[in-house]
Amino acid sequence: MATTSATAPATRDGSARTDGPHEGSRRDFLFLATGAGLAVGAAATVWPLISSMAPDAETIAAGAPIDVDLTPIQDGQIINVFWRGKLIFVRKLTAKEVTDMQAVPLTAMIDPAPFPTRVKSGHDQWLVVYGNCTHLGCVPIGHQGNFEGWACPCHGSQFDAVGRVRHGPAPINLPIPPYAFETDTKIRIGEGGKEAA
Amino acid sequence: MSGTASTYVPKSRVAKWFEARLPIAGLVHSSFIAYPVPRNLNYFWTFGAILAAFLGIQIVTGVWLAMHYEPSATGAFNSVEKIMRDVNYGWLLRYAHANGASMFFVAVYLHMFRALYYGSYKAPREVLYILGVIIYLLMMATAFLGYTLPWGQMSFWGATVITNILAAIPVVGDTIQTLLWGGYSVGNPTVNRFFSLHYLLPWMIAGVVVLHVWALHVTGQNNPAGIPIKSGKDAVPFTPYATIKDVFATCVFMILFAWFLFYQPNYLGHADNYIAANPAVTPAHIVPEWYFLPFYAILRAVPSKLGGVILMFSAVLILAFAPWLDTSRVRSCNYRPIYRQFFWVFIGATLLLGWLGSQPPEGGYVLAAQVCTAYYFAHFLIVMPLCGLFETPKALPGSILESVTGPGKQVSGSGMPAGAAAAPTTKG
Repeated sequence: MATTSATAPATRDGSARTDGPHEGSRRDFLFLATGAGLAVGAAATVWPLISSMAPDAETIAAGAPIDVDLTPIQDGQIINVFWRGKLIFVRKLTAKEVTDMQAVPLTAMIDPAPFPTRVKSGHDQWLVVYGNCTHLGCVPIGHQGNFEGWACPCHGSQFDAVGRVRHGPAPINLPIPPYAFETDTKIRIGEGGKEAA
Repeated sequence: MSGTASTYVPKSRVAKWFEARLPIAGLVHSSFIAYPVPRNLNYFWTFGAILAAFLGIQIVTGVWLAMHYEPSATGAFNSVEKIMRDVNYGWLLRYAHANGASMFFVAVYLHMFRALYYGSYKAPREVLYILGVIIYLLMMATAFLGYTLPWGQMSFWGATVITNILAAIPVVGDTIQTLLWGGYSVGNPTVNRFFSLHYLLPWMIAGVVVLHVWALHVTGQNNPAGIPIKSGKDAVPFTPYATIKDVFATCVFMILFAWFLFYQPNYLGHADNYIAANPAVTPAHIVPEWYFLPFYAILRAVPSKLGGVILMFSAVLILAFAPWLDTSRVRSCNYRPIYRQFFWVFIGATLLLGWLGSQPPEGGYVLAAQVCTAYYFAHFLIVMPLCGLFETPKALPGSILESVTGPGKQVSGSGMPAGAAAAPTTKG
């Protein structure tokens, strides 16, 4: 520090610097390097704190796929199952509902999705969708509203029999979880299908 | 904290020894004893003290409740019932904490009304005011987190709805939501971390309160006339005048608190929250606590998820811009005949929004909420800038003293010791 205070007045009043410009650039380098080191250190310190808030191993393990037996479900019935703590509706459509839903024009929808994108091919009767409204997450009530589907008690959204939003404020259709038919009477939720919207 | 040299003179040798090492007694003396207070303050200026009292009540009852509460999805609801039935005075602690939160918001809304009506946000108190907005935001976060902890139906679905609001944020929304949940839905990790954060935020509030009080004692208090202290005759010393008045007002406010606490402890809550959380069933009618209702109405007024979320957050954040949106040089609405009328319309629209937020989101209610929302924002973005430019304010009194005694009259003597108000005179 003694050398700094001795040379400082000379540079401050504009007189010639004896230590040359490289002294300044060396300081600049140290300054930038220290700053960069601090930034990296801060990020490395914060990262574990944020990462620890992500789903832990137990939660992820508990999210393993589940099997659902379809045999007890009657025509028109909706059952609730849980996968990863999320509510999922499994619904057996009646023949009339299938016909009605196939006939809905895309222009009548908020988030247009043709019927075949809502069910697995060859299984037109079965609908599997997440059971939380895409607006703010309330549970819509089945067989309510004007579209043979669900109506949300919280903010008034309505979905049709294959979970397509037909009346706002929900912005998108009820999402379809990944699932696949193991047999004609059993599905596995959590793998085997794409996560379709 | 007043920025003036302390007039405190330690008397004993021990006090002198200590003061030379840590001048905290002088700090307290200059902040809460000799501090010059405008002599025309009305009872709207007592809510700062009332709020400080409630922060204390919430922290004490909260720390004690935490001794019995179990922050888990399986244990939370039962532990709250245990507090109500088995813990000695558990009912008192819990009801005081729950109703204390509501009283805290009653007081903060009156405090905010005072700031907006008397122009306390205007120069030189912008930083003081913005610190207040930050405290309000922290209070809202704390109250929301606390409301989820009993893990009843309203807790669970309130947590679901609010975390889904955050998911509407573009790009990072889903990540924020997962980090808050700690899983794939609202569940055990969620209640666990919400408890941790609910315990953390009050200390952050306490920290910002220190800054708020510090900033207050640098600029000095505003007053109903909205003019600065010009001489010692305009002021009285904080102790005993403001101290006693604050204590009296706090006692009166406690009567309201006690009435809710002992006679209507569940009036401000929702019966659904005495049903344990059930992720398969949403209560028929979800409403937030009363103090969030105006913002909830704004959220629902917009038929777009992201749009509603943006407007709701904007409705709070726009408060922070009031110091620059208001172009008038006159602080107090008492001297602003045109703006004052708009201001009451604004208060009416906000109260109406509160009522509309409690109604189902259909038909005329939605339309009314849209009209009120439009005025809420127009008040800040159109009325505040334009009124200041076109309005002719009434003549301001010559001094605070004159606003109390009428023009031309003089009182002998000063409420303040000589020179005590010197600094506020120059800083006004």
